[in-house]
Amino acid sequence: MSRPVEASTQGKWLAGLLLTAACALVPVGAQPKPWADIGRPATPNEIKAWDIDVRADFTGLPPGSGSVDVGMDVWDTKCASCHGTFGESNEVFAPIVGGTTQADIASGRVANLTRSDFPQRTTLMKLSQLATLWDYVNRAMPWNAPKTLTTEEVYAVVAYILNLGDIVPDDFVLSDRNIAEIQQRLPNRNGKVFFEPMWRVDGKPDVQGDACMTNCRDEVVAISALPDFARDAHGNLGAQNRIVGPVRGADTGRPPIASLAEAAAVIESARATVVAAGATAPAVAVAPKLAAVDGQGGAADGQPPAALAAQANCMACHGVDRASVGPAFRQVADRYRGTPGALALLSGRVKNGVQGVWGQIPMPANATVPEEDIHRIVGWILDGAQ
Amino acid sequence: MTDDRRPLPGRIQKAPENFLSAGQLALARRARRQFMGKALAMGAGVSAAAGSRAQPAASPAAMVDDPAIVRLPAHSTGLGQPVAARGYGSPSQWERNLQRRESPGLTRVSAASVSFAPLQGLFGIITPNGLHFERHHQGWWDIDPNQHRLMINGLVRQARVFTMDDLMRLPQVSRIHFIECGANTGMEWGNVAVPTVQYTHGMLSCCEYTGVLLSTLLDMVGADTKNGRYLLAEGADGSSMTRTIPMANALDDVMVAWAMNGEMLRPENGYPLRLVVPGIQGVSWVKYLRRIEVGDQPYDTKDEVLHYVDLMPDGRHRQYTSIQEVKSVITTPSGGQVLLDKGYYNVTGLAWSGRGKIRRVDVSFDGGRNWRTARLENPVLPKALTRFNIDWVWDGAPAILQSRAMDETGHVQPRLNQLRAVRGTRSIYHNNGIQSWRLAQTGEVFNVQTG
Repeated sequence: MSRPVEASTQGKWLAGLLLTAACALVPVGAQPKPWADIGRPATPNEIKAWDIDVRADFTGLPPGSGSVDVGMDVWDTKCASCHGTFGESNEVFAPIVGGTTQADIASGRVANLTRSDFPQRTTLMKLSQLATLWDYVNRAMPWNAPKTLTTEEVYAVVAYILNLGDIVPDDFVLSDRNIAEIQQRLPNRNGKVFFEPMWRVDGKPDVQGDACMTNCRDEVVAISALPDFARDAHGNLGAQNRIVGPVRGADTGRPPIASLAEAAAVIESARATVVAAGATAPAVAVAPKLAAVDGQGGAADGQPPAALAAQANCMACHGVDRASVGPAFRQVADRYRGTPGALALLSGRVKNGVQGVWGQIPMPANATVPEEDIHRIVGWILDGAQ
Repeated sequence: MTDDRRPLPGRIQKAPENFLSAGQLALARRARRQFMGKALAMGAGVSAAAGSRAQPAASPAAMVDDPAIVRLPAHSTGLGQPVAARGYGSPSQWERNLQRRESPGLTRVSAASVSFAPLQGLFGIITPNGLHFERHHQGWWDIDPNQHRLMINGLVRQARVFTMDDLMRLPQVSRIHFIECGANTGMEWGNVAVPTVQYTHGMLSCCEYTGVLLSTLLDMVGADTKNGRYLLAEGADGSSMTRTIPMANALDDVMVAWAMNGEMLRPENGYPLRLVVPGIQGVSWVKYLRRIEVGDQPYDTKDEVLHYVDLMPDGRHRQYTSIQEVKSVITTPSGGQVLLDKGYYNVTGLAWSGRGKIRRVDVSFDGGRNWRTARLENPVLPKALTRFNIDWVWDGAPAILQSRAMDETGHVQPRLNQLRAVRGTRSIYHNNGIQSWRLAQTGEVFNVQTG
C-alpha cells in the first residue's frame, strides 16, 4: 500500500505535488487522449479488497496483534505439515528457522552467511525486513488456501516464527505498535544492499569480460564436468533431442560411444525414442491416425463415425445434407432405408468403387481404409448420418 | 563466401535411417571414409575452406539407390488428412522429444517449480508458445478473461479499474523481447551440475508480445511520475506475487500484455494479462496481473528480500539486481548431443542483453584461446534474443566450443572465473558467464567449465 494523500506524509506529498503539478499531473497543453474515458474509477471498497501490500516502512500494515501462543496453534494446524513443527523442515520448502545466533541479533548481520560450508540459507538468516514476512504470510499462506488467515492469525504466526528463532520470548504478543522495534532485532537487518548497477538500465556492470581475439589464453583444461555416474541423471538425452539434423541426443542409458564409427547406433536409438512413444510411418497408403499425436484428436477405437468419415476423406465428395460431387449422406440413407443387405452392399461399393448409381462420376475405390472403419461409416450413413 | 558454406564436396548424404540397420549405416560410413582417404592421397582437396568442386565419390551408376527415393512411400501413393482435422495444430509426431522439462531434484513441489525450454532444438529467436519455459510460485490457473480486472492505484490522480475489454480497446504495441529467469544458469555457479543447454540456459524464451504500454495507462490515471519512482506489480493468483518495477522502465518500454506470438497468452504464461518488463529478470513479469500501485519507495517484497537476492562473498545480499546482463550460448552443438560425422557444421546459438541490442558475438573452438566473429541474423532488436551462426569444419579432434557476446553498451560477456572473482559462487542469480561445451573425439558433447 502506498501512503494515501491524507496520511502523515501529506506535507511532503503536497510539496512534491506543487513542484510537479505542471509536468506530471496536468500535462501542459495536452488535449485529453481520445481513449481517456476507457476504464472507470475504482471504488474505496475495491481498493481495500486488493491493496493489501505492506511496505518495508509498514505502510499498509493493518492494526492488530497476535501472540506466540496463538501462533503455535495456527502453525500446528496450518503450517507444520509443510514447514515442520519447528519451521526447520527441508522436506517441502527450504527451512524457515535456523542458522541465526544472539550475536547476529546484536549485529544485524548473520555470520553463517559468510561461510561457504553452511548448508542452508533459512528464511530468518536472509530476512532483512519484517514487513516482508508479514506481507507474504498474509497474501500467500497457507500454501493451499492463501489469504484465509485472519489479521490476528498472521500476527500470531509471524510472532511464532520469531519465537522459534529466539528473537522474541515465549510470552510475546506482536502488534502494529511494537513491530518496528522487533524489526531492529532481525538477525540480518543490516545484511542487504540495494545494488543500483543492476537496477538501472544505464548502470555500470561490476564484471566486464574482455574482447581478445587471438592467443588470449594459455593451456585450456576442463576443470569441472558431470561425473560418469550422473550421465543419465536427467533421463535419456537421446529422447530430449530431435531425431533429424546434424546431431542426435546421446543415449545416456548406455556408456558413451567409443568412436565416431558408432554414430549409427546413436541415430538408431534416438529414432527408437519417438517410435516407442507411438510415432509411426505407415507401410501402406493410409493417413496416420491422429490419435497418435499428443492426445489431439479422438482415440482411434472410440472415434465417432463422423470423424472417421472425415479422416477417410469421404467429405471431400459427400456432404451430410448437400450433394456435391457425390450424393449427400442423407440421400443415400433415404434411398436404402429398409433395403435388406444395404450395409454389406454399400460397404463393398465404398471399398471397391462403383459408377453409375448416382451418375457418371465414379466413386473411387478406398482400398486403404480399414474394413471395420468402412462398416462403421456406412452404418452411420444409413442411420441418417446424425 | 557462398561456396564456403556448401557441403563438403563428395559428401555422402546419410541414407534414411528407417530403411537401414545400424550395420548397414556403419558400412556406408566406412565406404565413405575409404573414399575420403583416397581423395586425400590423390590431393583431391577435401578441405571445405578450399571450396573446390571435387568429383562425387563414385560414378552415380555404381552407387546404391536410396529406397526412400526409388520405393515410393505411403504418403506419395495415398490420400492425406483433410483440412481442419486438428482444429488447433500440433507439432509433427516426430518432434515429440522436444518438450519443456523439469530438472530432477531442483525443486520439491511442482506447483512452485520451473520447466526449461528445449533450446537445443529451437531455431531463430521466437520460442513456440507450447515450449516457453514455465516458472510458477503457487501453481498456474486458466482465468476467465471476463472476470479479470486490472486496478491502478497509489500515487495517482484517480485510481482506476480496467476490464480486459477496456485494455484491448487501447492503443496497442507489438514488440519482441526475451524473458530470462534471474536464476537461469544458477545451478552452474560452483561447478557443472546439469548436462544440456535445456537445463543450463532453458529458463529463457523470446516472444512477440502485444499489449498496451504501461506508460499509456499511467497517463490515463494521472500517475505522479516524479515522486512515484517505484511501482508495485501484483498478480491475481494464490501467491499474488509482487515485484517492484522502476518507474524509469515503466515510462520507457514496460507493457501490459495479453498476447504472445499472435495468440492470447498461454495460461502457463499468465493468461489473460501479464507484465512485460524488457531486459529485466522474469520474476518481474508478473503473471495474472491484477494491480499496479505507484509509490515513492521500493516495496521489499518476498521475492526482493528472501529470493532473487544475490549472496556476495562478504555475506551480504544484493537486492534489486534486476537487469539480465549480456549473455550468449551455443545451442547446436551443445551438451548431450552427438555429432554424427566430421566435416562442416553450422554452429548456432543465441545472444541477448537486458541493456540493449547485441553488437557482436565471437565463437571459440579452442576453449577461448582464439575467437572468430559470428554472423548475426536479422532482426537484431533491443532486449530480444539474437540468433548467431558461424561456419566450422570439425576435423575430428577434441575441441571446446564457447561463445562470447558484446552488447551495444560495450559490455562484454565475462568468463565464469571473472564473475566468480567478484561475486563468489553462491549467488544463484545472474550467472551470465561464458558457457563451454567439450566435444570429444567420439562426437559426443559434454558440459564443462574451464580453468
